Amino acid sequence: MSRILFFLFAALSIAAPAHAVIDESINNFTAPIASFIGSVVFFKIPVAGANLPLVVLWLVVGAVFFTFYMGFVNLRGFKHAIALVRGDYADPNSAGEVSHFQALATAVSGTVGIGNIGGVAVAVTVGGAGATFWLIVAGFLGMSTKFVECTLGVKYRNENPDGSVSGGPMYYLTKGFEERGMVGFGKFMGTFYAIGIFIGALGIGNMFQSNQAYVQLNTVAGGALDGYGWLVGLILAGVVFAVIIGGIKSIARVTEKVVPFMAVFYCVFAIIVILMNFSAIPAAIGNIFSGAFTGEGVTGGALGALIIGFQRAVFSNEAGIGSASIAHAAVRTDEPVTEGYVSLLEPFIDTIVICTITALVIGTSQVADPNFAGEATGVAMTSAAFERQISWFPVPLAFGALLFAFSTMISWSYYGLKGWTYLFGEDQSLQTVYKLIFCAFVALGCVVQLGPILDISDALVFLICVPNILGLYFLAPVVKREMQAYLAKLESGEIKRFKH
Amino acid sequence: MENVVLLAVDGSDGSDRALDHAVARAKQGGAKVMVAYVIEWSPYSFNTPEENATRHKRRETEIERANSEIVAPALKRIEEAGVACDGIVRHGHPAETLIAIAKECGAAQILIGRRGHSGLKSLLFGSVAGNLIQTAPVPVVVVP
Repeated sequence: MSRILFFLFAALSIAAPAHAVIDESINNFTAPIASFIGSVVFFKIPVAGANLPLVVLWLVVGAVFFTFYMGFVNLRGFKHAIALVRGDYADPNSAGEVSHFQALATAVSGTVGIGNIGGVAVAVTVGGAGATFWLIVAGFLGMSTKFVECTLGVKYRNENPDGSVSGGPMYYLTKGFEERGMVGFGKFMGTFYAIGIFIGALGIGNMFQSNQAYVQLNTVAGGALDGYGWLVGLILAGVVFAVIIGGIKSIARVTEKVVPFMAVFYCVFAIIVILMNFSAIPAAIGNIFSGAFTGEGVTGGALGALIIGFQRAVFSNEAGIGSASIAHAAVRTDEPVTEGYVSLLEPFIDTIVICTITALVIGTSQVADPNFAGEATGVAMTSAAFERQISWFPVPLAFGALLFAFSTMISWSYYGLKGWTYLFGEDQSLQTVYKLIFCAFVALGCVVQLGPILDISDALVFLICVPNILGLYFLAPVVKREMQAYLAKLESGEIKRFKH
Repeated sequence: MENVVLLAVDGSDGSDRALDHAVARAKQGGAKVMVAYVIEWSPYSFNTPEENATRHKRRETEIERANSEIVAPALKRIEEAGVACDGIVRHGHPAETLIAIAKECGAAQILIGRRGHSGLKSLLFGSVAGNLIQTAPVPVVVVP
């Protein structure tokens, strides 16, 4: 094990000085591919002066459809979801299995990340305050999409001979279409999805995260880490290696424990900052509503704000992309639909709670001082909004962003792994090959220019929502039947509440 | 109603002494001994996705090990003493789970060995016996 680590180290430290050359050649090679794939996936249609990427429309139409088709499960199932997470329906005899809470927590730590801090700032910069309103609406609709995909993830998962489980869109696409006699098509869709999630895991789930972690560290260090990207990359890769290959669970446990703490810490301080700007609160909320319908000062007006809000929400909560259903599939339950209920809390926490709070921090700061952030955007803009009121906050914020990035990498390493095992089988040594590739990309993320590589992975992650949502339309009746049968059992008392 | 005493075991010396006491007590009162081992576990912990995926198998291994290494030897000793007994292994918060088991099997008493932790250690990690004494619905005998 340590030998592999040594080689990884050696290879990367040799590569470090030469990285400028490598960087350039990678860029030259990938740029045309990236722009081609990007232009196909993010094909935009001009609507009333704004550009609407078709893929965003595809996701939103899906979310609206599932909301209506499932009878507003995002509203009506909310209370039941909380009861399930609290363990009210957990049979004490199955104690020790993965609980609903654990499955949710794992999936949430994969989605809560840089997007919640930086993505919102981008939305507000580009789409104005009104984008926040549409971001919340999109989060609300996304809850229904998650409900459908996570129910299917559990229902159609594979139980491996070694007792572990593998689930996710590649499995429900394959098996779901097989049930309808479309074997070849299901296989094709599953394979397509698996390739997409594998490459996406190396990009937005990996290089983007390690890159952002490096940028954050460097900002806090005042630029002292300029040119030391390779070192930060190696350290990060080493830690990821220790967790996913070395099986050093203590590191994972520490981060998995610290991340929720950081999320709460972030929200508490965000609320403090909002309260410190209290005189700006009414105006900031007013801006969100008026901007949502008038789109003042935004390209494309209200529609422009709507598009930006929806796009950022999808980027953040991943509803419709199907990644979370891989994590949710691990839960042990006789009723797959229970995990669907639990999963609808995920866009709620991610988008409706955390993103909205961030938006209010930025919004109230803007009202109080329109130029508070100067030219800064993204994470730097959010950081500036905090710094305005609490001067020391950028340091813990950067630390939090680093941890968010790390836990997202760990979750995505698993999503990519499941894509890989779907393609190449559950063989252990092949899995190690994948994990080594993953670690190498962690280090690369801090060294190479991300532009085109990230564009490719970004595009692929959005491309896989095409087979995923198509599959969800086909399989939605299955979910509806499951839901109705489950609700009937709840009604009749066949499913007992163990805790009162 | 069947006369049952619940014996909480953890494989320590203290729990061996509690076993002897339980056997003596059961013989006197003609009771059955229910041997329980709780694997400390919380549904609210945070895991990696990989841990979740292999959890089912791990749980089975944990239960098997607890059965073969702790519960089965205890049952053997009680049987040899000529007392009726049964065993149970469950995951959960130790004191809460023991109380739940006691209620389920209608135990008249809970017997547990003392670990003899120092003040600081039990302050930090809590004490199962201490918790039981405070919260159990039936008398608790702590065997030193």
